[in-house]
Amino acid sequence: MITFKNVTKVYQGKSQDVKALDDVNLHIEEGEIHGVIGFSGAGKSSLIRCANLLERPTSGKVTVNNQDLLRLSPKELREAKRDIGMVFQHFNLLNSKTVFTNIAMPLLLTNTPKDKVKKRVNELLNFVGLSDKADNYPDQLSGGQKQRVGIARSLATQPSVLLCDEATSALDPETTKSILELLKKINREYNITILIITHEMGVIREICDKVTVLDSGKVVESGSVFDVFSQPETKIAHNFVSSVMHDEIPDSVYQLLQKQEDRHQIYRIVFIGESAGAPLLSQIAKNYNVEVNVLFGNITELQGTPFGNLVVKFEGEDKEINRVIMHIHQQKVTIKEVLADVS
Amino acid sequence: MLVDWAQISEALWETIIMVTFSLLFAVVIGLPLGILLVVTRKGHLWENKYVFTVLNSVVNIFRSIPFIILMVAVIPFTRLVVGTSIGTAAAIVPMVLFSGPYIARLIENSLLEVDPGVMEAAQAMGATPRQIITRFLIPEALSSLMLGITIATIGLIGASAMAGAVGGGGLGDLAITFGYQRFDTMVMLITVGILVIMVQGLQSTGNILSKKIRRR
Ligand SMILES: Nc1ncnc2c1ncn2[C@@H]1O[C@H](COP(=O)(O)OP(=O)(O)OP(=O)(O)O)[C@@H](O)[C@H]1O
Ligand SMILES: [Mg+2]
Repeated sequence: MITFKNVTKVYQGKSQDVKALDDVNLHIEEGEIHGVIGFSGAGKSSLIRCANLLERPTSGKVTVNNQDLLRLSPKELREAKRDIGMVFQHFNLLNSKTVFTNIAMPLLLTNTPKDKVKKRVNELLNFVGLSDKADNYPDQLSGGQKQRVGIARSLATQPSVLLCDEATSALDPETTKSILELLKKINREYNITILIITHEMGVIREICDKVTVLDSGKVVESGSVFDVFSQPETKIAHNFVSSVMHDEIPDSVYQLLQKQEDRHQIYRIVFIGESAGAPLLSQIAKNYNVEVNVLFGNITELQGTPFGNLVVKFEGEDKEINRVIMHIHQQKVTIKEVLADVS
Repeated sequence: MLVDWAQISEALWETIIMVTFSLLFAVVIGLPLGILLVVTRKGHLWENKYVFTVLNSVVNIFRSIPFIILMVAVIPFTRLVVGTSIGTAAAIVPMVLFSGPYIARLIENSLLEVDPGVMEAAQAMGATPRQIITRFLIPEALSSLMLGITIATIGLIGASAMAGAVGGGGLGDLAITFGYQRFDTMVMLITVGILVIMVQGLQSTGNILSKKIRRR
């Protein structure tokens, strides 16, 4: 649906040039919700703005809906943009116009007949739950309501792609949740492909199917949310995952561990799916001559699948512990990784 | 001391004519000029370094000439346009040249205040440059444009007083001839009073309109 091919974006600065995107290759499938995460300045906004040519790549190719955007004439590009909706962090609504006119704007630009405009806008108002606010002005709305207007506006022309640049970053957690729900609903009911930019891993966990980690203009990791969350390959991805999964060992526990000499006896076990951790541990305690001591653990949910994380200490003879490790390794289905030595 | 009310009302009428027509022509010149000053700047819709530099300099030159000097300096041009260099119609020419560039600056400022995000949204939904100006930039700036026009109008009232110097007539002229040259304090006080009321009235009307527009 959206393809970035060798996309590089360089901003010409006064003293030096900034390479905001560095040879980015990325493919976003039709119907998926794809999240791009990265620190401030990583190039996220530059990337999403290249997807509708608000920013022209310095080199490379951007394809949306099988159209090579860079080869379109200005007129064709404007046409293409009607198929690409965009939602902004700061909503970017017209303060001088009512909610109704704001949502109608993309249709008014093409002189759509009045009755059609009215029908479509009312439909959208209903969809985003703002039917009673049609005649209000943006400054009479809360942030969440403004974003709903922004979303409704982006859908007016029935696009097949929706670009969201930090669509929830100006909102509180509750409102963020409801906006994310709305985006999910859009994806489900209209089968609209969504590219969402964020610096919050919570947003990715909440609604994305795929995630791409951007760092200094480069794609450092990309894959299904499940894979990246359960097995982050890069340190930066791991840090983002930790920020929402809380799989870091708490300081108090960590300090306790520091005092002990036999730190090599401590392991991290990650469970995925149905298999809960308890049966495995009790099996080990029963069948092997080791003491199992759970130091830290939590279970969260990832896209509807339980996802557990345990830090355990095995006490016993080295030989016996090695057998336990062997045993755990054999349970390939349930255990993704075992990390020795917390430090 | 007798006050000649007919004379005062005639002067008032002349002032109104001068200010209204100057304003009209000044807006006709200033609005496109102000828009061009915005859209030709770097990174904007019709970025054009040469057009911007030329327009910007022209506006600066006109803005730096004091009105009284401008009035005298453009006399040949005034004669060319209205056929004479004295009278109410003749006063309008320098007033337009004085106010047009001023209004251009005010309009430029108002347009620059518009949140760049709005323009971005317009571009993202596939608006043409023309639509971006007429359907996004101007409506968003209208309330502040209204205040700018109010300020420009008040400036024109001030200029119209000086226009008496080229026989333009009007309240300012009356105040000067009677008050300053004939020591008729009463007429001077009355004309000044009328001018104060006019300015006050204009400013309040402008404020009210601006507020109304913000919500429409
Ligand atoms: N118009 C511009 N001109 C010059 N440099 C720019 C411009 N836009 C972005 N940059 C630079 O490009 C780099 C990437 O910026 P970008 O806005 O894409 O990052 P981001 O990941 O969206 O950051 P944030 O999370 O802060 O929004 C930064 O170093 C930024 O300073
Ligand atoms: Mg950004």
